[in-house]
Amino acid sequence: MAISKKRHTLWYHDHRIDHTAENTYKGLAGTYILFNEFDTGDENTGFKLPSFGDGQNPLTSFDVYMVFNDKVFDNQTGLLEFDLFNTDGILGDKFLVNGKIQPVFHVSPRRYRFRWLNTGPSRFYQMFVLGPNNTTKSFWQISTDGNLMEKPVQVNSVRFSVAERADVIVDFTGQAGKTFYLENRLEQDDGRGPDGDVAGAGQGQKILKIVVDGPVVPDNSINPATIPTNQPVYFYGFPNTTDAPRITRTFRFERGNGQWQVNGQLVGDCEDPNDIRFAIKRNSVEKWVFQNNSGGWQHPIHMHFEEFQTLTINGQAPSNSGLITKGRKDVFRLEHNMEAKVFFRFRDFVGKFPLHCHNVVHEDHAMMVLGQINDVGDNKTQP
Amino acid sequence: MTNMNRRSLIALLGTAPFLAGALSEAHAQESEPRFKNISSRERIRQRYFPNLELTTHEGTKVKFYDDLIKDKLVIMNFMYAKCEGICMPVTMNLMKVQKLLGDRMGKDIFMYSFTLKPEEDTPDKLAHYAHMHKAGPGWKFITGSPANMETLRQKLKFTDPDPEVDKDKSNHIGVIKYGNEPLERWGGCPALSKAPWIVKTVSWVDWPKTANADMKQNGGAK
Repeated sequence: MAISKKRHTLWYHDHRIDHTAENTYKGLAGTYILFNEFDTGDENTGFKLPSFGDGQNPLTSFDVYMVFNDKVFDNQTGLLEFDLFNTDGILGDKFLVNGKIQPVFHVSPRRYRFRWLNTGPSRFYQMFVLGPNNTTKSFWQISTDGNLMEKPVQVNSVRFSVAERADVIVDFTGQAGKTFYLENRLEQDDGRGPDGDVAGAGQGQKILKIVVDGPVVPDNSINPATIPTNQPVYFYGFPNTTDAPRITRTFRFERGNGQWQVNGQLVGDCEDPNDIRFAIKRNSVEKWVFQNNSGGWQHPIHMHFEEFQTLTINGQAPSNSGLITKGRKDVFRLEHNMEAKVFFRFRDFVGKFPLHCHNVVHEDHAMMVLGQINDVGDNKTQP
Repeated sequence: MTNMNRRSLIALLGTAPFLAGALSEAHAQESEPRFKNISSRERIRQRYFPNLELTTHEGTKVKFYDDLIKDKLVIMNFMYAKCEGICMPVTMNLMKVQKLLGDRMGKDIFMYSFTLKPEEDTPDKLAHYAHMHKAGPGWKFITGSPANMETLRQKLKFTDPDPEVDKDKSNHIGVIKYGNEPLERWGGCPALSKAPWIVKTVSWVDWPKTANADMKQNGGAK
């Protein structure tokens, strides 16, 4: 993949204007992954990440894509229900992993790579690995939105809004006979976004039960704990973010007249869905500012076409521990009263693309801007 | 997707829900079917379209589902006649939409403007408002008992989750909702979107219709 050969965990979905939430909710979403000469899918080569195997045989496949979403089922018919007229955001009371409600996963006592994706429509997660007696098991985050980080970072949890992805390594070595759960502890009562509270261990939603009762199998994957702490890069170094931007643009995400706006404008302020609001010069560097002045709403801001690196969040450098916000990403989790500055290096592709909120209900209610990459660019600082 | 399903079958082996409670509840009700066989169209009607009695600006009594929604392609918004905020630009915008929709208005496409202030907006007052804005066939301004109008607003979700914001009626004017009842396809868009944009989005639920080409032609006119 010429566009980004370092990108490994991706997904695709329906993007129909006004109807994306309903269509993805009902299943028009899929995953795809890319390997290369470093991230090979074989734990004996390259970065030595747990083998993908044939993707089927549990004795040889240790790299598992996990798609999380929450849904509502109609109490009269038992069928999937989509709230047609909701414009705030939709929460489900049933938690699905790869299309099944709170399933059970049997693993062997060894390391696994999990690829976590939240397809929404509106819930944010903060995922922990809950162990016996309400213990919290640490694990290793290795990527942000499908892009491997410099090196694995040991964390207790990963927070991800809609469309964000995180690859993690969870080590079940020596845990035979034990049971774990993937537990979401982020509290959220409505479609506006989480309220900021994190539940105690065992008090969250147990999304996936993991039973370590599989056979003992060889594990040739890298143990992230053995990477020397003074080694700065195990995977890829980050591209520099110091080049001077051609332009700094600000995008303010806000509510207006019962819908959502970007810089006070609606997606329908154009006469035609193909009309663009701003133009980027190809092979140029831009700095963008994302603003959310609301204490009530949160927005996962997704950029098509190009990834970014975060420069600052509310004036502070992005974190590389705890809840990691450093790294190459294509979704920025714009939380309450937040302002973030991000760095884009646009490459040599041209075309039209949207920037939008990936709470897909907000997206369907006008929180989207169409831009273009061309040979000229423009100087609109607030598109 | 195929890949994901195959993976979930194999990798997530033995995938019964681990909520024992849910399982035993299902067993307890084995004697009678747990779920009813109701069509999705009927469930949508039950959920969102109460058959409330309402009155149009022409003074005609109508039933919300039977007379206004069933078998139709509709565009709906909320407003009130004495509103000084965005009501006027929204109404002016809908006048443009009406013009773009041409002779399909009143034939198979209908536009309904429901009042947020039924205490003030009598059929007479709405008739005056409709006349002032050159509402043609198929564009109806609708009132009813305050309880019925509030039920309608809640059902169609012209609401805000913040109770303080919800109280301010002017916050419910910026949205239109549109849909095709037999197609079971519903959407919403900002009421101040450009009129051709509104017509274009409505055209996406205009199916199956041989007259589709007409609307596209009208909608494309700028």
